Amino acid sequence: MNRNASDILIVGGGAAGMSAAFAATSGGGTNITIVDDNPHLGGQIWRAELGKVRNADAAKLIEAIEAGRIGVVNSAQVFAAVSENKLLAETPNGTTEFEYKKLIIATGARERFLPFPGWTLSGVFGAGGLQALVKGGLNVKNKRIVVAGTGPLLLAVADYLNSKGANVVAIVEQASARNINRFALGLWNSPAKLIQAAALKKRLFRIPYLTNTWIANVTCGSPRVSKGVTSNAAIKSLSLNLNRNGKTQTIECDHLACGFHLVPNTELAALLGCKIEDGFVSVDGFQRTSLNNVYCAGEPTAIGGVEASLVEGKIAGYAAADNEERSRELFTKRDKTRRFGNALNTAFALRGELKTLADNATIVCRCEDVQYEKLAAFDDWRTAKLQTRCGMGPCQGRICGPATEFIFGWKPGPVRPPIFPVKLENL
Amino acid sequence: MITIKLNNSDISVEENTTVAASILSSGVDAFRRSVSGEVRGPLCGMGVCFECRVTIDGVRHQRSCTTLVADGMEIITDE
Repeated sequence: MNRNASDILIVGGGAAGMSAAFAATSGGGTNITIVDDNPHLGGQIWRAELGKVRNADAAKLIEAIEAGRIGVVNSAQVFAAVSENKLLAETPNGTTEFEYKKLIIATGARERFLPFPGWTLSGVFGAGGLQALVKGGLNVKNKRIVVAGTGPLLLAVADYLNSKGANVVAIVEQASARNINRFALGLWNSPAKLIQAAALKKRLFRIPYLTNTWIANVTCGSPRVSKGVTSNAAIKSLSLNLNRNGKTQTIECDHLACGFHLVPNTELAALLGCKIEDGFVSVDGFQRTSLNNVYCAGEPTAIGGVEASLVEGKIAGYAAADNEERSRELFTKRDKTRRFGNALNTAFALRGELKTLADNATIVCRCEDVQYEKLAAFDDWRTAKLQTRCGMGPCQGRICGPATEFIFGWKPGPVRPPIFPVKLENL
Repeated sequence: MITIKLNNSDISVEENTTVAASILSSGVDAFRRSVSGEVRGPLCGMGVCFECRVTIDGVRHQRSCTTLVADGMEIITDE
């Protein structure tokens, strides 16, 4: 087993993690390591595009990290905690043990997915999911794509796909126009965001933005000629039925990119025993969790976007480097980003109708293929899990957990190691 | 450009492409079969959902979305 020892260990190399690492170097002489599961730094929002991070702020931060005294371990998935102050991660070269004096959890968020008939078909991706695939080299030129679900991410994804030559047919947003307009008006308090939003609107003006609208179901449309290298490569187009103000509208497309805002990655914090409240990691003003030497920054503490992640990362980094005065200087800024986050989460709150999208045969747990009708009989996550294997596959409930929480109101169960599946020889 | 083998055919892809993107770009949509036999492919694109698992260099159940291609890599889908 490989070993790594740091004064400050940061799990997650996205906006919060990198920001924390950079701030932590202010302490001087501190040994800092970032461990990240991606092949490149940047996290989700700043995910590298064929190995290069394009965003200027991100590139600057990465450069500073690479130039500084910060160790970076890529492609390493933290899966367990052993004794106090030690984590295990699976890397391409086997398991590495990371020892730390202080830990900063910056594990980010994932998309929320909701089951609807057809959501398991090929060609249906997450919204951020499709963006990540395109950044990984997938060509979407001239593809007809519908971006659907909820949240500001849909606009960013549509803009990105558009810039890659895709034909974005529509953006389908479940939130009401009223809620979104109210949220947009709130942006007057943050001019930078308003300018961003205006520029985005200008670039997307040709694409219909359908509010109060959601995907009712998806079926395979007409088959297209396969150009694949295997016999199973018959990629079909998709036929989407939208529910638009109670009326049905049908759209044909090649891909559907559908995600319902974000859910925090709290598994590591929960595994360590950090207090979790209403699904988020509890932190004090210095981003310190209920464990004295463990901090948490970014989306696991509240879904707030990149600005919140950056400032929370800084606060945590300074605090972990015993530089609490500099943390304190950022409290006002952090509180402002939190207000933005709250407004965002209110504007894009999920409407109740989405609870009934799945029909009896719709698969809810994709790992174990558990259908809606098998789950509807149960009162809680634990019983459903034991009786149906829902949530017991390799994703460990990361996809169906947030879905069943929304649909049935089930609270997630306790987290057990390994928090990601690991090869037997690495355990 | 580098060359990888996808289901025993050589394909040429750009460096730093993910295995998932290479597979989709080749027109293959069946990454794996679900426990009830459905064809599945990537959903989350970020290593969380495990839908994009394929066999890479003989090792089964590898997440193709978080793995970058390497010269001579052999990928088998839908096993």
